[in-house]
Amino acid sequence: MAGAILRRLAQALFVMIGISIVVFLIFFATPGADPAARIAGRNASPQTLEQVRHEFGFDRPLPVQYALMMRRLFVTQDLTSFVNRGQRVVPTVMAAAPVTLSLVVGAAVIWVLGGIALGVAAALTRGTIIDRTLMALGMVGIAAPAFWVAEMMNLLTQSRLHDTWLFRWVPPLGYTKLSVDPGGWALHLVIPWCTLAILYIGLYGRVLRNSLIEAYREPYIRTARAKGLSETRILLRHALRTALVGFVSLFGLDFGALVGGGAVLTEVIFGLPGVGKLTVDALQNLDLPFIMATVMYAAIFVVLANAAVDILYAVLDPRVRHAE
Amino acid sequence: MRRIWRDKAALLAALVLAALLVACAAAPLYARLVSGTDPFRSNITGTIMLDGHATQVLQPSPGGLQLGVTPIGPSWHAQYLLGADGLGRDLAARLLYGGRTSLLIAGAATLCCLALATLLGIVAGYFGGIVDAILARLLDLLWAFPVFLLAISLSIVLISGGLQLGPLHIEADSLALPVSVIAVIFIPYVARPIRGQVITLQRSEFVLAAIGIGAPSWRILARDIMPHVATTLAVFAPLVMALNLLTESALSFLSIGVQPPAASWGTIIQDGQELLYTRPLVALAPGLAIVLVVVALNTLGDAFRDALDPQARLRGRG
Repeated sequence: MAGAILRRLAQALFVMIGISIVVFLIFFATPGADPAARIAGRNASPQTLEQVRHEFGFDRPLPVQYALMMRRLFVTQDLTSFVNRGQRVVPTVMAAAPVTLSLVVGAAVIWVLGGIALGVAAALTRGTIIDRTLMALGMVGIAAPAFWVAEMMNLLTQSRLHDTWLFRWVPPLGYTKLSVDPGGWALHLVIPWCTLAILYIGLYGRVLRNSLIEAYREPYIRTARAKGLSETRILLRHALRTALVGFVSLFGLDFGALVGGGAVLTEVIFGLPGVGKLTVDALQNLDLPFIMATVMYAAIFVVLANAAVDILYAVLDPRVRHAE
Repeated sequence: MRRIWRDKAALLAALVLAALLVACAAAPLYARLVSGTDPFRSNITGTIMLDGHATQVLQPSPGGLQLGVTPIGPSWHAQYLLGADGLGRDLAARLLYGGRTSLLIAGAATLCCLALATLLGIVAGYFGGIVDAILARLLDLLWAFPVFLLAISLSIVLISGGLQLGPLHIEADSLALPVSVIAVIFIPYVARPIRGQVITLQRSEFVLAAIGIGAPSWRILARDIMPHVATTLAVFAPLVMALNLLTESALSFLSIGVQPPAASWGTIIQDGQELLYTRPLVALAPGLAIVLVVVALNTLGDAFRDALDPQARLRGRG
């Protein structure tokens, strides 16, 4: 067991180093333009360019540049933006991370509950018009670009239906810290949570329905029926438990991906000052050091989250545990 | 193939896609013959005749400060059928042009992605050894990379300086940039399963038999392995294209995809953001178009999978 965990962590470390090299190469070695000019941003003065060249060691070989970059990102953490002069990138990203986490964690709760409800309802009514309608709705949820759904939500809750009883409670776009005002925090986030959850409810509902139907074909379900167990009990204790195994691993991947940048556009449209909003502001200014830092930290988070899910998986599922 | 035609949902999806493709391909005809405006030139001071009155395309906002303008809403006439955007350009014509760009990028990226992924998957799977070890590690690495961040990083770097690969130079505002970025990021999603399939096929009896009678490698690849891989590709193609379309719209919305003055559904949604509360149709319409195309593509993908893999059909129907 301990050996498996160590091996998985070693693998995660390997992937992290690999990703850091890929990011480094994308930002510093893409053929086309002088990397110093890219890093310094639009209309940089010759002095700035010279400073960038010196600070990032562009006159030295690539491995040295890589080592310098990693030191500035993770050890000294003194990477600064050249667009907003003097702004330290890493602390700014760290300060924005709780907002992104608030958004994604809340959405995850909604989508797990919604996805289970959708999948179970469709599996119970399989073959009927209800099943088909639910699955069609799920497919539309998957197909809608999240940022567009977010805009349409704003249109309804901030403008068209804002003065009706339905959405009168929706506060103006923005964010309140959980530690300052928990009620306001939740109110500000309810609509963004639901928006982000729509895609995943559709996805998870469809996946769960299919694995439930598959589980219903298994002999142990027939055995459970033969024992005279109630349908509810068969569903909840027998079929759903097996069907949820795939659900868990999917969840780990998606949760990591959302924290690591998948929620960028949702944050922007709802005016949430998280890492995604920082990334997009940096994109508008062509502020490359900033983007590089957010990408690097997010990628590392995703790798760690995936490793954590795999380890959890091994702890939960005896088959995986004994597969050594 | 016949089974696909019997699937009514898939047939409908194919018809919808075909109709949209034809409509978008005819965008220049629509702009010239029907709407009669240039959808790429701003028309800030223009007027059109509606019910015998000259109406300004951009009207002063009714608010107290008279700041900003409100573009004309749907006229339901040939000119400005769906209204104008913030620069007084014909929304209907731009939607068609935007669809042309979006579908072109998504389609081209799908072709590039599948071609590269097939090449990598077959090379890694068939030749094995050190080549496979390196390629498989690389694919794993790209797989672990958050896909949207990879797209953002590649796009921003390329947008800020173009790409120079030997004699090949791609300008920063060329459509080839979003195509190559989107094609690259989804390669591992296709190459990994293909590699696995090739490895399995190599152990199959008909390939062993072919090796036994002394067939050359290229012949085994072409006659025994490619037909199976092609089936997998047919299932992946619509699904990858749907992902590509969504990615293109997100990148263009962030202004790191299609560059103005060119339009895509993503850039039109971005144009509509400022007009969201006054003229919501500008953002609403391209989004609906994206939903329609992605639903159609996913339906087709499901139908292909069901037709080619009867097991999956059994599972899905219950």
